[in-house]
Amino acid sequence: MDAFTTHTGTAAPLRRSNVDTDQIIPAEYLKRITRTGFEDGLFVAWRRNEPDFVLNQPQYVNASILVAGPDFGTGSSREHANWALLDGGFRVVISSRFADIFRNNSTKAGLLTVVLPEADVEALWAAIEADPALPVTVDLQTEQVTYGSTTVPFVIDPYTRWRLLEGLDDVGLTERHLDDITAFESRRPAWKPASLPVR
Amino acid sequence: MGQTLAQKVYEEHVVRRTEGEPDLLYIDLHLVHEVTSPQAFDGLRAAGRSVRRPDLTMATEDHNVPTLDILSPIADPVSRAQVDALRRNTGEFGIRLAPMGDRDQGIVHVIGPQLGLTQPGTTIVCGDSHTSTHGAFGALAFGIGTSEVEHVLATQTLPQYPAKQMSVTVDGELPPGVSAKDVILAVIAEIGTGGGQGHVIEYRGSAIEALSMEARMTICNMSIEAGARAGLIAPDRTTFDYLVGRPHAPQGADWDAAVAHWSTLRTDDDAVFDREVRIDAASLTPYVTWGTNPGQGLPIGAAVPDPAQIVDENERKAAEQALEYMGLTAGTPLREIDVDTVFLGSCTNGRIEDLRVAAALLEGKKVDAGTRMLVVPGSVAVKLQAEAEGLDRVFVDAGAEWRGAGCSMCLGMNPDQLAPGERSASTSNRNFQGRQGKGGRTHLVSPAVAAATALTGKLTAPADLETAGA
Repeated sequence: MDAFTTHTGTAAPLRRSNVDTDQIIPAEYLKRITRTGFEDGLFVAWRRNEPDFVLNQPQYVNASILVAGPDFGTGSSREHANWALLDGGFRVVISSRFADIFRNNSTKAGLLTVVLPEADVEALWAAIEADPALPVTVDLQTEQVTYGSTTVPFVIDPYTRWRLLEGLDDVGLTERHLDDITAFESRRPAWKPASLPVR
Repeated sequence: MGQTLAQKVYEEHVVRRTEGEPDLLYIDLHLVHEVTSPQAFDGLRAAGRSVRRPDLTMATEDHNVPTLDILSPIADPVSRAQVDALRRNTGEFGIRLAPMGDRDQGIVHVIGPQLGLTQPGTTIVCGDSHTSTHGAFGALAFGIGTSEVEHVLATQTLPQYPAKQMSVTVDGELPPGVSAKDVILAVIAEIGTGGGQGHVIEYRGSAIEALSMEARMTICNMSIEAGARAGLIAPDRTTFDYLVGRPHAPQGADWDAAVAHWSTLRTDDDAVFDREVRIDAASLTPYVTWGTNPGQGLPIGAAVPDPAQIVDENERKAAEQALEYMGLTAGTPLREIDVDTVFLGSCTNGRIEDLRVAAALLEGKKVDAGTRMLVVPGSVAVKLQAEAEGLDRVFVDAGAEWRGAGCSMCLGMNPDQLAPGERSASTSNRNFQGRQGKGGRTHLVSPAVAAATALTGKLTAPADLETAGA
């Protein structure tokens, strides 16, 4: 995973609530067995069917920060949704509410999710609609979103923040505690389920 | 202060707890399918890692599999490559696989319970959001992404934080024709698609206790549609009776020891929930969705809502967009909506009891001439059981299609898809735009409403059939 410290870019206003992972990337793109190259599936139905969809507008084509309505990323656990956003050039998604699995997957894939109160999302929407070229900075070190003369703080749990800042791989961190895992396994009751041997 | 059921299960699995870090949680059972695993296995290979506990891991092929002609190679080369990758990966890492054609194959959330692998008090994960299904047994079960699949394969653990606790209490008796599916659609309509975010839901109350295991699985399955990663129900005699004698259930003295422990898995009287929701079972009717998220549902006697009447701006906009996509007009009675296709199946409603309910309504009758009905059992075992009971004949005689097992039209990764503009009544779990095929329009319903709808070609409650003398 790439480290995330601070990012400055332009932002696209996605004024929709309940953007589910089937909209972020439809199931047909999930048949691939690679971890990259999902940008062609990103919001593909809206990009194809809605000429005025925000990412079809030239002023937002190069946005790297997505500002979405509440309950972003609901539905399936597909990490392909996070990969598609990264492949599509996004480093940050801002919303007032994220679905749990999507948010968790983001912390593994290196996509920063920022939760802001709905009023702050509204203000940011208004600013980037008034000036699509407005640079927006999301700083994970200071936990602040800055645009124009506005600075808004956000909160992220310190452990996740540290992992993202360092770009650390979870498996490697857990492998430091293999002794604890082995000790736990030695205490597990014999009647716990096992798939092998086949019965 | 006492603990909730979910807290008890969680605490029993904490491998390591340190201030300022997530807990390391042990995973008892890891279920794997072809879609969310190939990149995880690639990650293991790239890092030179092995699978720590192949004996606590089980794989099957479900999302991509065709439901016709299942013994031939998959025609779609991309789907075939993904299934082939799972076969190679499970072979290389020593993981048990139930492939197409195997008697244990089926939707991952149907085969875990039927094999007896899903047990009370366990932690269960899968790269699939409907892993919450297994909570019906009093397991803490939740969906994970592919990075976490790799983490569990390598370490049999996951870094986790304790969730907030929510109770949904359903007391009273469900009216005839009202099922578990209607209960959970009503719950989601009540609390919204984000209502359970950050929470584990415990379903309790006399109406929940009266449910069969199949019905409990339907309820826990859709916890994710209410925003909760996990939902669970305290194990009881119904749970133990379902499990006893299944291939991987404990036997002999192990069974007694397990039941003794499972019987302690109940929320303490003095436990505190962060949020409590109460529903009166007697007040429920069959529910159907009218929109493009599972929270946009209403009793079948209602009409398509008028977005102008919705106060919340986000919800109003969502409703406007939903009606446009669904091709519906505000004020139209839901019962007047014509349906092209009825889909009976999925991890929500593809178990034997679901098929029995639908078959009972279809017996001796014919599916509406303008309507296609697809019946897709959740697993090979469900299919064989249904055939042993003669249900397949009932469906075929009524004019429905009887198919092989898999996820099928729930998400249309195989050839079972809606055409653009086509409208379905579906017993699955998501009515998202394009979910069942590009431009397809989905109404979520119970198996009984699905069968009644198939007979009339319009959204129909089972009770309507009696009134109409159909």
